[in-house]
Amino acid sequence: MSPLWTPLFILALAIAGFFAARSRALSTAGGNPRLMHSLPRVYGMNALIWTAAPALLLLAALTLAQPMMQERQVMSALPDSLTASAGETSLAMAEICRIAGGIATAIENRSLSKDAALQSSDIGTLRDALTGAGIAVTPETSAEILNGAQDWYAYDRRAALLHAVLALGAAALGLVWALRRARKDVNARSTVERGILLLLMGAASVAILTTVGIVFSMLFEAYHFFQQYSWREFFFSTNWNPRFQGGSDLGMLPLLWGTLYISLIALIGAVPIGLFAAIYLSEYASRRMRSIAKPLIEVLAGVPTIVYGLFALITVGPILRDYFAAPMGLGNSASSVMTAGLVMGIMLIPFVSSLSDDIINAVPQSLRDGSYGLGSTQSETVRHVVLPAALPGIVGAILLAASRAIGETMIVVLGAGAAAKLSMNPFEAMTTVTVKIVSQLTGDTDFASPETLVAFALGLTLFVLTLILNVIALYVVRKYREQYE
Amino acid sequence: MTQNRAKIRTEGVNVHYGATHAIKDVTLDIPDKTVTAFIGPSGCGKSTFLRCINRMNDTIDVCRVTGIITIDGEDIYDRRIDPVQLRRKVGMVFQKPNPFPKSIYDNVAYGPKIHGLARNRAELDEIVEKALRRGAIWDEVKDRLSEPGTGLSGGQQQRLCIARAIATEPEILLMDEPCSALDPIATSQVEELIYELKNNYSVVIVTHSMQQAARVSQKTAFFHLGTMVEYGETDEIFTNPRDERTENYITGRIG
Ligand SMILES: Nc1ncnc2c1ncn2[C@@H]1O[C@H](COP(=O)(O)OP(=O)(O)OP(=O)(O)O)[C@@H](O)[C@H]1O
Ligand SMILES: [Mg+2]
Repeated sequence: MSPLWTPLFILALAIAGFFAARSRALSTAGGNPRLMHSLPRVYGMNALIWTAAPALLLLAALTLAQPMMQERQVMSALPDSLTASAGETSLAMAEICRIAGGIATAIENRSLSKDAALQSSDIGTLRDALTGAGIAVTPETSAEILNGAQDWYAYDRRAALLHAVLALGAAALGLVWALRRARKDVNARSTVERGILLLLMGAASVAILTTVGIVFSMLFEAYHFFQQYSWREFFFSTNWNPRFQGGSDLGMLPLLWGTLYISLIALIGAVPIGLFAAIYLSEYASRRMRSIAKPLIEVLAGVPTIVYGLFALITVGPILRDYFAAPMGLGNSASSVMTAGLVMGIMLIPFVSSLSDDIINAVPQSLRDGSYGLGSTQSETVRHVVLPAALPGIVGAILLAASRAIGETMIVVLGAGAAAKLSMNPFEAMTTVTVKIVSQLTGDTDFASPETLVAFALGLTLFVLTLILNVIALYVVRKYREQYE
Repeated sequence: MTQNRAKIRTEGVNVHYGATHAIKDVTLDIPDKTVTAFIGPSGCGKSTFLRCINRMNDTIDVCRVTGIITIDGEDIYDRRIDPVQLRRKVGMVFQKPNPFPKSIYDNVAYGPKIHGLARNRAELDEIVEKALRRGAIWDEVKDRLSEPGTGLSGGQQQRLCIARAIATEPEILLMDEPCSALDPIATSQVEELIYELKNNYSVVIVTHSMQQAARVSQKTAFFHLGTMVEYGETDEIFTNPRDERTENYITGRIG
């Protein structure tokens, strides 16, 4: 039986429960919905929830928990020679899972009989049977592994059956309970409301829990890194020079500087232009102009960043070098902080402008009327009334743009290069935290060396940086909101 | 009563909101140094007509105003007229209170600041205090001038908006239901203000209160479904209406 059948069957049962409970509740009221505490369909929903929700949750929990328990049992049967180290254990377990999977498929398409797979205690016959069924088993595959695979497969089958029985039992119990409560004087409405509340809370906690999970996995790896590398060196050294033979300098200051420098240039370009464009679109442009210009600006937002990177590489970089950097004697590299910053700024313009535009549009017309009514001009109204009222939202938009700038990778790789450097000269090649995270993790990596693990420490630093930005944003927004609401 | 010369003249004014014909062919003269009341059932176009007088309807895309409106003999819809200048002269208190998201002080100081009416801070303080006193709200806010105007109660906001409008010393003041959220005490204070303003300015007030119209105004115009049905001396309209619709409205049979 395929594992999909159980949830489908539960759902069918729940839908049947819906109709049964609805008509049952209605009949207890003699067919008159006005005598009922809740609407008929609410009783139906109640039955649906009681049938489906606990059973599906139970099924999900069992399915998640089972491999872990199974693994522990199969592992305990393995001899010490196979479980000497963590690496060897996981290798052995992977092999067992693979063979067990092969057995399952072979039995399903009848190239292997169940008896041959499970009963044969003689390793030679089992090996032949498996090879005959097209499962890759080498003569070196040990008897313990093969027995483990047999056990694994047997556990799997037993578990699947057990889960189905348990879940269907839960569904039946829920259905009976809900049907018994499908009476006209029962308050089904608040049960359904609570069910909806739980559903929504569940969705919210998935979002929160994944964030927490991400942070913890980063923390974990970063902790490994700091066990092998001094945190002082990492945070305060101005040298970035990883060597895979060991003895690297992993100071993040040059990377952090590159990130901040490039983001700053990008924001200096993007914020005024984006904001002014938004003001024009929302306050000055006619409706027709707006309907043409706004989508055009938003097209910019849809361009993949790699395309911006190409633009930086082949157009902006050489132009800056030939017309600005070289004549002024500031360097002769096409890859530079300026190139990446400018192109990133272009990328951020639609981001800033469309967010600000929405925010400015949300300022009530009555405020503008009040200002015009006092005889102020359009720009006075924008400066003194509209922008202050929209400020919290605009600050939020700018900080969102800043977070994007800090996290951007592609434009930097192609526009600013990959050389970690601490310099004030904007026409010099530098690089950022994100670029180095990528380069430390590409290629053959060994997740135990500091050269690789540093990526997680860098990631964590970025995370904290954006977190601080967000906290500042929240603070600013709250401070102004008090005044402006 | 002395009859003043006409300050505002309107001739054959029509207003359309898209396909809606909101004001139909209204002609009337509003004299200087008087209080004129617009009355009529909800949705009959009082606010719309009031907003024509300082061209506030310009800010509504779909709104189209035709006909002639002159102030002091000057056509205000003429192309050479700057609506900003016009509105400086014709102040307005809106139907819904709309304080700016600024402090109480800055709300009132806004107009004087942009028009450069004060040479220094002390003068500005003086203007603000005077306006707040005339708006009958000074005592309530004098200790919290730096708090946001949006934090006031609905009735306080309404008086703040009145203070804001008179701080720029307009020649004409248009008030759209300025007392709709006020208690009887504040109402009578605002009515006193209107009475006082009359000495120097023209005041046009929209009101749903017959008593208020009778108390403060010298002239009354009755609107119904976009047309101006009757216009004349307030006493006349209230004691001896010529049109049946006016009489029905005043005595409470339509509205
Ligand atoms: N911005 C607008 N867009 C479209 N139609 C409008 C607009 N403002 C007003 N109208 C229409 O114009 C007519 C007159 O509205 P107006 O606001 O002038 O009425 P009013 O007499 O002030 O009513 P009230 O006493 O309720 O304030 C109404 O039918 C209304 O639907
Ligand atoms: Mg109105």
